[in-house]
Formats: sequence, C-alpha cells, structure tokens
Amino acid sequence: MEVIITIIYYCLVAFVSAVLIYNFFKSKDWQKEVLTIIVVLPFLLRLFMLK
Amino acid sequence: MTPVIRKLVFSVAGLTLLVFSGISFYQSRRLKEPVVVSDGVTQVVRLSKYFSGVEGTANDCNVYILEGKESGATFCILGGTHPEEPAGRLAAWIFAENAVLQKGRLIVVLSANRSATTVTRVGGAYPPDFAIPTSWGEQEFRLGDRWSNPLDQWPDPEVYIHYPSGQYLAYVDVRNLNRCWPGRANGTLTERTTYAFMEMVRKEKVDLVIDLHEAELQYPVISTIVTHEKAQDLAAMVSMTLTDMEGFKMGMEFSPKNLHGLSHREIGDYSDAASLLFEAPEPFLDATRGKTTREQLLTGKDDFVVKAGQHGLLFEKIDANGWPIDKRVGRHTSSVLQTMASWTEMHPEKPLVCDSIPRYADVVARGMGQYLRNPALARPGRIWYE
Repeated sequence: MEVIITIIYYCLVAFVSAVLIYNFFKSKDWQKEVLTIIVVLPFLLRLFMLK
Repeated sequence: MTPVIRKLVFSVAGLTLLVFSGISFYQSRRLKEPVVVSDGVTQVVRLSKYFSGVEGTANDCNVYILEGKESGATFCILGGTHPEEPAGRLAAWIFAENAVLQKGRLIVVLSANRSATTVTRVGGAYPPDFAIPTSWGEQEFRLGDRWSNPLDQWPDPEVYIHYPSGQYLAYVDVRNLNRCWPGRANGTLTERTTYAFMEMVRKEKVDLVIDLHEAELQYPVISTIVTHEKAQDLAAMVSMTLTDMEGFKMGMEFSPKNLHGLSHREIGDYSDAASLLFEAPEPFLDATRGKTTREQLLTGKDDFVVKAGQHGLLFEKIDANGWPIDKRVGRHTSSVLQTMASWTEMHPEKPLVCDSIPRYADVVARGMGQYLRNPALARPGRIWYE
C-alpha cells in the first residue's frame, strides 16, 4: 500500500510540474512567469528525488 | 525585450537555480563520514543482517561490535536516533574509534536513523553539515534532522497510529525513530528499522540499550536519564554517582508507561534488555534561538536562549559560556562509562569493562576532536563510512 501511495504521489508531483511549466510558456505577464519559476523549483527537486 | 527572450532568460535562471541547489542537496545527502574503528572492534555488520526488510534502504546502517577477552554483559549504544542532536552521535563515534573491551561486548550504532542524517529541517534554516576540529584537520559530519528523509518515506498520514499500542501520535512522528519502537516487519521504513534493531537486541542477547540524545533547554526532560523500570536501580546509582563525582548534574526519571513508541519504554517491554535514554542540553534546538548556524550548534552560545533563561522559561541553566559540544559529548561518555561501572558492581557475574574512553573532564579539557582518528592513517580494513 505504501509503495502504491508513493507512486501516486510522484505522479501528482509530475502532473503539477507539467501544468506549471505549461502555464509558464502560455503566460504573457512577466510577474506570473517569475512566480511560476519559483513555485515549480521545489516540485522538480522532489520529482528528481533531490530534496 | 520580446516575450520569447524574456522566457528564455527566466528559464535559464530557473534551471541554474535547480542545478546548483540540486547538486548541493545531492552532495549533502552523500557526504561520506569516515570511521576509523578501534582495535577493539571485532566485527562490522549491516543492520540487515538481523532483518532483511531494511536491506538496500537508507537505513541499512553499520553496526560496530566490540568484544572483550572475557565474557560478560552485552550493551548497545544507539547514536543518531535524532541526528540533529549531534552529541549523541559524536559520543558513540568516540566509542567506535577508541573503545577496547576487557570484559563483555559492546554494540555501537552511529546512525540509528541513517535516513534522517541525509536531510535537514524544512524551513529550519539548518546548516547541512558541521566540522569538528582535530589535530590532523577537520572532520565533517552531516547534521541531519529529527525525522527520516521524506525521500525515503512519504507521504505522511493525517494521524500516526502507533503499532502495536494503537496510540494516536503526531502525524510527522511516523518518521521519528524514537516514536516507532518496537516496529513491525511490514511497516514503514522507520518501523522496519526499529524492528531490525529489536531483532538485533534479541539475537545478540543485549542486556542494556542506551539511546543517546540532546534536548532543548525549554523541554523539561533534560540533563537526565530516562529509565525503563527494569533499569531503575542502575539509573539511580548512575545519576547519583555522576552528580556527586563528575562535576555535572544528572537527573533520573521513569519512562511513562502510557507514552508509546519510545526506546526507553518499548525495548524494555518487548525484549529481555533494559533500556535507558540520556539527554544532554542543546540550545540549538530551542525555538527562541537566534541565528541557526554551525557556530551556534557547536558552541551552544545564544543570547536569546540566555534571555529566555532570565525570564525563567528554561529547565536547564545557561550563561554566556553556552553549552559547547565538548561538554555535551563528555556528559554522554561519562554517563555511559558510569553505567558500565555501576552495572558491573551490581552484576559481578556479568561484568562489562571498557578502556580507552575519555570521561567528561578529559573531553572538556582536550576537546572531542582529539578522540577522532585520522582516516589518512587508517590501516587497511579498519576504515568504514557512515
């Protein structure tokens, strides 16, 4: 059960990261782009199992 | 600047941050800590020898076994249950690198929750590591945290239900090694780790487990021995002798019967061994501390904690001299040595005699770095890494 929950958790992290990166490229407001970059960093660090 | 160039600049900046922070976290998690084992160490095994459920995990730690020429009692010293309480780990390090047993056996663990040594507290601004000065240079150690690394055990539940008592505990303590005793074979990584240690205690016929900790000065369980009722006479004798002879105060209190998951309760309840837990003062852990730096960790000096003491908010004294790491480590080495001596007085048929370990006054006078051995001079086969 623990393994399944962990896999689902990492799928969620990957999904949120992908949505954030998509929003970054679609955005036309530079402030939102900076915000998105800051927000996506911890998601990517967790996705790559670095932090 | 066109939107395309702007996005490119932001992407490069983000990637740069990702790469540099990622490298820093990666290296910190894998910092190698050398252990030049004492001549008294006769075996070094992995924890998975006792329970294969931790094999290949971050918590498959080294177990150092020292054996005397004559038979006697078997003690186990656990360092690194909470790695951000470094005096416990460092005192165990001194035993692994220096101790020579004359009678009995000693099992030393330096990274009881090895996973927790590879992470620091989120939002705590903890330094990732610290260094102890020695006569041959500095030795670096991972600082670590109180809980297992979320990379090794995640996500946390809404409520942590302790096994087997069924007691409800704080959700985050599902990753706290000292809330997961006696563990279970099919549980989380932290529960499997304590289960492996319980198997070790049973298979090695350990008589006494000593779990080395530190505590914030605002916590009432400080400068004390917490004892399972099986070891109450021993703990009382050690407490009185230390307070009378060693120059520092050491209290004693009972392990609460209705608070579960702690080593001083569950090891005694679920094995033939008795269990003790030692606490030394560590201002670094106090919530009212100032800057969370390596210097504060090692000197134990903090004006804000001193101020808290002036307002009567602390359970241990502190002044401008702080609580240096040498004092905290020396308290632990003396406490363990006194426990061995008092045990031997009380059980002459099952003695434990250990040489070459400095007492409190020696560690304070010379500095604990003097008892760390130079890995560059280690003989082949006598160096291990945590």
